[in-house]
Amino acid sequence: MNSGGGRSGAAITIEGVTQVFGPEGDPRRVVALEKASLTVARGELMCLIGPSGCGKSTLLNLIGGLASPTAGEIAIDGEIVRGPSPKKVAYVFQESALFPWRTVIDNVKLGLAFQGAPKAERDERANAALAAVGLGDFAQHYPGQLSGGMKQRAQLARALGLKTDFLLMDEPFAALDEQTRMVLGEDLSELLARTGKTIVFVTHSLVEAVFLADRVAVFTARPGRIKEVIAVEEGHPRSRSFMTSDKLARLRNQLYELLHDEIRKTMVETRP
Amino acid sequence: MSGGRWIYRLVQLAFLAAVLGAWQYSSSEGLVSPILLPSFTASVHEFVKVLSTGAFWPDLRVTLYELIVAFLIAASAGCTIGYLVSRTGYSIRVFDPLFAGIYSIPTILLFPLYVLFFGLGAGSKIAIGATIAFFPVVLNTIAGFGFVDKTYVTAARSMGASGVQMFWSVLMPAAFPVMLTGLRMGFIIAFLAILGSETIASLSGLGHRIVTYAESMDPAKMFAYIFFAILIALLLNTSVSMIEARVRRGHG
Repeated sequence: MNSGGGRSGAAITIEGVTQVFGPEGDPRRVVALEKASLTVARGELMCLIGPSGCGKSTLLNLIGGLASPTAGEIAIDGEIVRGPSPKKVAYVFQESALFPWRTVIDNVKLGLAFQGAPKAERDERANAALAAVGLGDFAQHYPGQLSGGMKQRAQLARALGLKTDFLLMDEPFAALDEQTRMVLGEDLSELLARTGKTIVFVTHSLVEAVFLADRVAVFTARPGRIKEVIAVEEGHPRSRSFMTSDKLARLRNQLYELLHDEIRKTMVETRP
Repeated sequence: MSGGRWIYRLVQLAFLAAVLGAWQYSSSEGLVSPILLPSFTASVHEFVKVLSTGAFWPDLRVTLYELIVAFLIAASAGCTIGYLVSRTGYSIRVFDPLFAGIYSIPTILLFPLYVLFFGLGAGSKIAIGATIAFFPVVLNTIAGFGFVDKTYVTAARSMGASGVQMFWSVLMPAAFPVMLTGLRMGFIIAFLAILGSETIASLSGLGHRIVTYAESMDPAKMFAYIFFAILIALLLNTSVSMIEARVRRGHG
């Protein structure tokens, strides 16, 4: 599914994107994003991090074409986003977005059917995707029978099965405990290093951001803008030793410094 | 725990036996006039006769026919209208309280009107059964389709689901369990309404037979048909629950 264009350069360009919810004059009107600009390079893993309500998930939805920006433009592969493009972009959501009335493998196959993949390929692609996330033995289970971590693996399998060049992940590990989260992070780094996908990953966790990302975009408090982009400069896949390295600790602290003031701002704002 | 269960069953059986024993005793000792209350054994005797001769067939056929037609009308109207209403938040806010309000008034009071409209035969029974069954079906369909988890819809949309795929693969399976509850409730109250309305004004059917025997001072036969109606109600409830359990299991 690699489109013709060069393997380098910007794969996603976000230019002056503003997103406003609610009509003008409404006291509940919210400016979620204000003139946010960012470019994501091909094959890069970009983490979006910021205080609650800073619009990072909103930006992800705009990239995925699930909503349209109030102003500004987003382009993927040079094409302006005007709606979901399932052949190019796959999604992993925060809560379990698996269909509970279908088995794990049927969830993956249904995604392929939605995407319009040829019927003859669906079985094989679904099995391969489940094997890739280590859920081969759980193909016939229903989502309700899986642990939180396994559900997110299954959701990842559904997204990988679509074989898109782009993967958008909206706090996929937020609901998991820290230990599960760390293991899943390691596996994800391993898996994604092989696929060469361009990934945008929203997270709350500083460590997760540094551990996974090539670059981390730090958001300001609402209205969200991009305050700074930090490069991690560490090859993939990342091992356990990176998790405990001084480099990771230093970058984590740098992120914390950047975020600290922004988090304070949101706390003052939301105080009754 | 299972030992405790047996005790419950035993107490329940003892309670039933006591009621039937009191019945038998009061009629055999002449405490109650046999015209008002025949003996239990005489009623059972008539019941066995009704079963063995197959005398129940014509009335059972009428009642079941009315029930099935009424249910089909209520189910198709309720599901269609419920789905259409569920499509916008506005129409849910308008129609959901409206249907819930009408559901709470005793719809059986429309029966005299239906007799005028549709006559004494099956028509008026079908109309009252369908009217009463419509409300739980429509309300549960609105609840089922109106409150599908948004994450499912967003996920399907992100993967490129078409309108038809969204309906059959996401909305329908998400709404189905709630709809099924409405359909079961509708079926059961349609049966109650039809039996009841047959006892008020009718030409045939199980309810009609019960009233005919009561009015002709033949209470043993009346009780025989009451037993039969109870038997049919039990069979219908059990089969509806079995169908529901089966469908739910296939549903995952």
